Amino acid sequence: MRSSLCASIVVVLASPALSVAQEAGADPLQYSGPAWSPYLVGALIGLLTMLTLYFSNKPLGASTAYARVAGLIGKTVAPRHTESLKYYQDNKPAIDWEVMLVVGAIGGAFLAAWHGGELTGQWLPPMWEARFGEDSYAWRTGAALVGGILMAFGARLAGGCTSGHGISGALQLSVGSWIALICFFAGGIATAMLMFRL
Amino acid sequence: MTTTRDADQSTSLPSDQGGPEKDPPAKKEFSAKQLALGLLFGIIFGFLLQKGGVAKYHVLLGVLLLEDFTVVKVMLTAIIVGMMGVFTLYAFGLVKLHVKPTRYAANIIGGLIFGVGFALIGYCPGTGAAALGQGNLDAIAGVAGLMVGSYLFAEASGWLDKTLMKVGDHGKLMLPEMVGLRLPVFLFIFVPLLIACLVAIDQFARR
Repeated sequence: MRSSLCASIVVVLASPALSVAQEAGADPLQYSGPAWSPYLVGALIGLLTMLTLYFSNKPLGASTAYARVAGLIGKTVAPRHTESLKYYQDNKPAIDWEVMLVVGAIGGAFLAAWHGGELTGQWLPPMWEARFGEDSYAWRTGAALVGGILMAFGARLAGGCTSGHGISGALQLSVGSWIALICFFAGGIATAMLMFRL
Repeated sequence: MTTTRDADQSTSLPSDQGGPEKDPPAKKEFSAKQLALGLLFGIIFGFLLQKGGVAKYHVLLGVLLLEDFTVVKVMLTAIIVGMMGVFTLYAFGLVKLHVKPTRYAANIIGGLIFGVGFALIGYCPGTGAAALGQGNLDAIAGVAGLMVGSYLFAEASGWLDKTLMKVGDHGKLMLPEMVGLRLPVFLFIFVPLLIACLVAIDQFARR
């Protein structure tokens, strides 16, 4: 089991030669789906994008919040170096609207999961565990950490994330957002197939 | 088209001005009222993401394995409703657009790197916050990674701004301009097309 993740990561990063034949990966459809209709939720998120633009003059987006908080930490540890970086000269590290949005999202999701009896409290997602084993804590931690690093770097380079480009940018007909959105899925599908279907 | 409309609005809503491209910290953004509004909108956003199932690892991996289309249904519906709503508000001069810049190389390379990260972490920046809220503890490692990755980008930003960011830079290019149609005409074609995609996915997807 571990070897399959190892192989997947190696394949992703470098060499396709090390792949190990595996039992069929976990089936995502055997686990619970959305509590509410995805069309209802999507329509309400669409309305939310109107509200944030009207009341806050801000498009819905999440990724820059992490950059701002990282900048705040950087400013505490190495203030002069952090202030010398181009990105933080253009985007001051601070608690801003979007940081509050992400903090709120953590709380809102907690309320929704509590309301629906869906609080999890697990380190290993069940589908991950089915694929990589019940003792794969270190692998899961490493994948989430490395995945987070790549995701944030990619989001900053591309100019947004699944919310900022994928929803707000796409609905405002930004060409770059549609390109980025397609690439998010292209990169994601290829990597997920290597991890779960090889 | 956008520029004239932006200029119109700057007279009616002077306090709303802020450069959308690099967003220098306009004072308003940090006012107590705006921070409280951000928190409120965030609570609604997180609540909806969790109820939509997109805070779940298997739902997000499910779309990347092309088996569970919940994510596509949520996103496409949000895009369609938001597109009609936002451009209606815009037509009445009630909102300013925040069109993201198009930079072909950065959009494509950044997008692909994002995608690889997406499959590894199993959440995205918004749904990762929601996953953490619903108790997926692995999202703690993911959030830590998101902050490290953001700082690493900042380290490289001086160089990237002078190189990759300049390749294929088209500014705030919008789809109607690119295909040479007026905005209302484009919407009149594009919105039904997106709805047709949604109907097709609803018909053929198992979930």
